[in-house]
Parts: sequence; C-alpha cells; structure tokens
Amino acid sequence: MTSVHPNSTTTTRFARRFLISLSRMRRPITLGPPSDEEVCRRTRRIKLAAYSSMARAVGSRRAWSRALLLKVRNRVRFQGILRNRFLASKKKRVIKRNKASGEMNKTDMLRKLVPGGETMDICGLLEETAHYMASLATQVKVMQSIVDQYSK
Amino acid sequence: MSSRRSRSRPSSGVSRISEDQIIDLVSKLQQLIPEIRNRRSDKVSASKVLQETCNYIRSLRREVDDLSDRLSELLASTDSNSAQAAIIRSLLME
Repeated sequence: MTSVHPNSTTTTRFARRFLISLSRMRRPITLGPPSDEEVCRRTRRIKLAAYSSMARAVGSRRAWSRALLLKVRNRVRFQGILRNRFLASKKKRVIKRNKASGEMNKTDMLRKLVPGGETMDICGLLEETAHYMASLATQVKVMQSIVDQYSK
Repeated sequence: MSSRRSRSRPSSGVSRISEDQIIDLVSKLQQLIPEIRNRRSDKVSASKVLQETCNYIRSLRREVDDLSDRLSELLASTDSNSAQAAIIRSLLME
C-alpha cells in the first residue's frame, strides 16, 4: 500500500481551491448583521466547499474521492428528486451479500462513514479508509491555519 | 472472526481476500490513528482499531463542522479587504 498521507501537491491544491471558493462567498450588500439563516447557509456552503475541494485535489485516484464528487454533483443536479435509485438498489444487494458472510457491525459503521464504502470489499474499504482519514486530517489542518490567518 | 474471514465468499471474479492482507491493512490503519499510536501498545485488536477509526473519523468531521462555523462567522465579520488580504497571506504561506 503506497503512502496515504497527502503529498504537498495535494495539500496545496486543496488549499488553493478552498481559498478561491471562500473568496467567492461575498458578504451580501444588505445592511446590518447577517441573519441566522444566512450564516447557516454560508456555513453549509463552506463545509461543502471544503469537502469538494479536498476530493477534487485528490482527483479520481481514490474510490472515496470519486464517490464524494459523484454525490456532490448529484446533489446539485437532482436535489433529491431521483436520489440515485440505481445505486440504492445496488447498495441493498451488496449489503445483503456482506451480511450473509458475517461481517462485523463495526465494519458496517465504517462503510457508512467512508464515501463509497457501502459497495467496497473489506480490503478496499480498509485502504480507502486510511487514505480518507489522512486527507480529512490534512483538511482540518489547512482549515485551522486559514482560521488562524483570518484571526490575525 | 479471523477464521471466518479466510474462507472468502464465492463472489464471481473477485480474488480470494487473504487473512494476512486484512491483518496488514488493519495494522496500517492502526498507525494512522493518534489514539492508538500514542498509547504505544502493540497488541490492539482489530475490533478496537475499527472502533477507534470510526471515532476518529467522526471527530475529524466534527472539527470540519466547527471550523466551517468559525470561517462563516469570520467571513461575515471582516470586510472584503481584510478578507482578501488574509486569503492572499494564506496562499503565500504555502
């Protein structure tokens, strides 16, 4: 298994994409402090930008980043109308197969946490988990340093 | 648990997943989780590793939530000039 830690290129790519997304979120021209709803909406957009930027920085190299990008794209396109009916039925078939062979509950929990984890075999799941975890840690580190920069 | 795993299910086209492969991957995961790495104990069960992995991923996600909240507040409170300055500073830091 090759190193899971994101190299500096991926980290830089993520940081740039994320910062550009942030700079696009301009404060509305309305006077006065932003409403709670506006703040909520912006928080959601920031969170989405963070996950998307990381997935794009990783690219199509990993199954989890592919799955995450697909989910983001479908969320934008279908807004819950179609909800990936094909994938949902494939998921059910795979989950049934896994349960039959006696997989542990903790593995199922992990499948829910890792993007695309539901349809992976155990080896793939463990590999993707390692990479996903390392990328998440990097994402947190970069976001924290941006917050620190802003607070200066 | 391990003996069941080595008899892989007869799925078409998928190669046998060996117990060694899984043990190897689990131990690699072990190295990545701060909780377990810092405790310096070699004998950690796979079940514990999976549990800690789930906990760690959840805590990382929570951190992303918190940081998104803070960024949202910071974006709202700072004017556009200092926001751009902060962003440029961050870019130069890389």
